[in-house]
Amino acid sequence: MINKLKKIIKSLSLSELRSGMKITGKELFNTKITVQYPEEKTPISPRFRGLHALRRYPNGEERCIACKLCEAVCPANAITIESEMRDDGTRRTTQYDIDLFKCIFCGFCEEACPVDAIVETQIFEYAFESRDGSIMTKDRLLKVGDDNEESISQARSEDAKYR
Amino acid sequence: MSEMRNYTLNFGPQHPAAHGVLRLILEIDGEVIERADPHIGLLHRGTEKLVESKPYNQSIGYMDRLDYVSMMCNEHAYVMAIETMLELEVPERAQYIRVMFDEITRILNHLMWLGTHALDVGAMSIFLYAFREREKLIDCYEAVSGSRMHATYYRPGGVYRDLPDRMPKYLKTDSRSDKEISAMNENRQGSLLDFIDDFVKEFPRHIKQYDDLLTENRIWKQRLVNIGIVTAKRAKQLGFTGPMLRGSGVAWDLRKNQPYAVYDKLEFDIPVGVTGDSYDRYLVRMEELRQSNKIIGQCVSWLKANPGPVMSDDKKVTPPKRTNMKDDMESLIHHFKLFTEGYSLPEGEVYKAIEHPKGEFGIYLISDGANKPYRVKIRAPGFAHLASMNEMTKGHMLSDVVTIIGTQDIVFGEIDR
Repeated sequence: MINKLKKIIKSLSLSELRSGMKITGKELFNTKITVQYPEEKTPISPRFRGLHALRRYPNGEERCIACKLCEAVCPANAITIESEMRDDGTRRTTQYDIDLFKCIFCGFCEEACPVDAIVETQIFEYAFESRDGSIMTKDRLLKVGDDNEESISQARSEDAKYR
Repeated sequence: MSEMRNYTLNFGPQHPAAHGVLRLILEIDGEVIERADPHIGLLHRGTEKLVESKPYNQSIGYMDRLDYVSMMCNEHAYVMAIETMLELEVPERAQYIRVMFDEITRILNHLMWLGTHALDVGAMSIFLYAFREREKLIDCYEAVSGSRMHATYYRPGGVYRDLPDRMPKYLKTDSRSDKEISAMNENRQGSLLDFIDDFVKEFPRHIKQYDDLLTENRIWKQRLVNIGIVTAKRAKQLGFTGPMLRGSGVAWDLRKNQPYAVYDKLEFDIPVGVTGDSYDRYLVRMEELRQSNKIIGQCVSWLKANPGPVMSDDKKVTPPKRTNMKDDMESLIHHFKLFTEGYSLPEGEVYKAIEHPKGEFGIYLISDGANKPYRVKIRAPGFAHLASMNEMTKGHMLSDVVTIIGTQDIVFGEIDR
């Protein structure tokens, strides 16, 4: 009987709704965790796997030697490589395409590359406007690499001891 | 009098409460469900067939994309199946890392479930609070694997890289003062383990928040209590696993019943329900959040005290260190061999299951001795749960269908595969 009465009083007092409202009320005045995206960004780890890039050696020579390990290991078959002997007798790629529509950003290409040529940078804003923008050609990959060499090499050296 | 007929309603696949691409054909009499017929396959990507055409390691990434809210757990089942076939020893530290991330994944999954389930039923703010905590855990994912969702972090023989001893920090911007930035970076000063430790200490307070918001709430209770009752006997017959089975009062958890990795060294409890209704399943999952938090805490303290290798040193299966690969001819050969041909499994078959956040997630793998699997069958818990949709919704109102979809915690990545 008393229990029933208690239950009725509890129900009429809307106690559980009040405690819920208290939480939302408190949160209203709490520090906001929202990150105002274009102006500020969330932290990105050095291991981040974003847009691909092809790197060069400090003397300007491209690193990729067309060993095609990345092509072989790519689970999505997103990489296409053609190679040729250059005039100085070294083997280089004539074509190095990554299809961003196919790529699943697993990072295996970077893992496989014996000369640290293909890397996944920390760039995550790579929207494109035309359909052919999805194909990262060799020139575009090298350009991404040239433009971001500083951050790429910093991230690599930070993570080198774990790999 | 004219003839009365039942009304057929298409629920989904674009319905926001359909959790992805569920299409339900509902036969309703007024507002009461007579028959619910789930149509699946709209997210079929042929994972099982894809896996057959690739060397073993290359399919790890596809496992992430099965149940895309509990990524690392899927990977765990797959790598465990391969390790069993190879009889590969996994270093203890790697096992602890795996268990820790399995439990982080469980919290991620349950928070996602809690948020969307409550949102479906009509509570808005809980969704935002759940995602606030998810963000931190996803940061852990990113710090360790480089990806916020599709980690590709577990490898046969261990995990790819050890836990980083630095957390990435918020950078200075014009819109915030130094003080604000340093407050945001407060829990990012130490290593990843410190960050997780911080989360573990704070999380019970957040669970209490969810608890206060929902558990006693009369609307929540009216929508969940006595909805979609499944008896223990029927739950077993229907092939339920995970919280769906435990909600019906069966204490079955693979972490306890067939311990894998290092679960037998950890202390945690298995919550069970009583009536088997949606509300019980909610309570079970809430308790699992607390238990997972407890497990993570234990793993963190073990990992802090025990540094060591995180990858097996079997050079036929695991790639060499990068520095070795560049200096040492034999390592380079191993490197090339592993990334082109991969490794071969001995002939035979294996079934390995783990306690996935949603239930028993199993990989049945047949090898004919090649470097690719002959066949891989994925046992997805959500499939069995969805199959009971008709039985669970029969006799309930149309709005209860939404509750039942929520309580089943279905994700189409794994059901359609």
